[in-house]
Amino acid sequence: MYDFAFHRPTTVRQAAGLLARNPEAKLLAGGHSLLPVMKQRLASPSALIDLSLVEGLAGVEQKGRSIVIGAMTRHADVANSRVLQEVMPGLAMVPASIGDPQVRNRGTIGGSLANNDPNADYPAAVLGLGATIITNKRRIAADDFFTGLFSTALEEGEIITKVSFPIAKKAAYEKFKHPASGFALVGVFVSKRGSEIRVAVTGAGANGVFRVKSFEDALKKRFAAKSLEGMSIPATGLNSDIHGSAEYRAHLVGVLARRAVAKATA
Amino acid sequence: MPVVSMTVNGKPVSGEIEARTLLVQFLRENLRLTGTHVGCDTSQCGACVVHLDGIAVKSCTTLALQCEGAHVTTIEGLADPDGPLHPMQEAFREHHALQCGFCTPGMIMAALDIVRRRGHDLDERTIRDELDGNICRCTGYHNIVKAIAAGAKAMAKGGPVRQAAE
Repeated sequence: MYDFAFHRPTTVRQAAGLLARNPEAKLLAGGHSLLPVMKQRLASPSALIDLSLVEGLAGVEQKGRSIVIGAMTRHADVANSRVLQEVMPGLAMVPASIGDPQVRNRGTIGGSLANNDPNADYPAAVLGLGATIITNKRRIAADDFFTGLFSTALEEGEIITKVSFPIAKKAAYEKFKHPASGFALVGVFVSKRGSEIRVAVTGAGANGVFRVKSFEDALKKRFAAKSLEGMSIPATGLNSDIHGSAEYRAHLVGVLARRAVAKATA
Repeated sequence: MPVVSMTVNGKPVSGEIEARTLLVQFLRENLRLTGTHVGCDTSQCGACVVHLDGIAVKSCTTLALQCEGAHVTTIEGLADPDGPLHPMQEAFREHHALQCGFCTPGMIMAALDIVRRRGHDLDERTIRDELDGNICRCTGYHNIVKAIAAGAKAMAKGGPVRQAAE
């Protein structure tokens, strides 16, 4: 790891000011994606701006018909949130499946979303629930947020502060874990909120997380695993690597979507 | 160079370090607390697990500067040098839960975090699931799992041994 300057602002405004003055700086949330790539010298920011002392960035609360999660909330705290377990346990399944206990004690939702790793879990939940990403500048709909591998709609100097998830009556996440890394070889998040059905897939797409319209249409008729029987998606545009071919991933999308719907309707 | 101050095993410490210094480097190289090990250096093996403000973290993926003002407990902080072992350490000894011993400090620190989160009555399945982030290269998991179940029970009985340095 190359050396860098280290800052610990206490307000979002200070953090944004530091970012503006240090164009080569990176925000540090839980650090469990950023520090490993810095060790490999794949990233060498001139400065790290640690958000851990910024007030008001952590916590899970219910606000009306939404669950609002602060950007610096650790995976373990979201997974174990009492209010979330009560109103939408399907969303808690996502952080509970990330990495291992020590990783969940450090990693954050904001960091995961800003990084947009194509195999990360949270993007599936955000897209699969139609959440809203709230930054220091604006609100960004999930459908507009993820723009490709490791890239998002976030602009220079923009800081995620919260994520607002509409509460869906039925929601679940099912994931095929890579056995060594714990990342999703494929992960599928499904939700039903009134007449709105969403199916979002992570790990499979060469461009990151995506929705499966054909599955959503099939589930509109009846939200049951049976509605997806025999369904799969085309392998074009899916990742192919030593861990699994595009065809295998396409097959997994169908299998995991059925399991997720079964879990959501159990 | 930046200066970092924290409390390690109940003692205030500080040091002048490069910003890129990892917590595990600070512990091992500056403080000479070499009980915390570096195994994989890629946040997977868990040999470097310590408690940061009471919560288990991988010290190879935490910057020392992120721990400014924090309380850190390492394996050295569990028992006095000449005193009795912590019940979890004693359980590892009793159940022969170590072969080469390299993963042991991280296993014990992770085990204490399992007790913190899941209580004292731990079944095998829970322990194995919870050890997801700790690798024993000797593959001696069987006895590690037994030791953690026994250690967790022994901790419930309390006794004279303190549960952590703070």
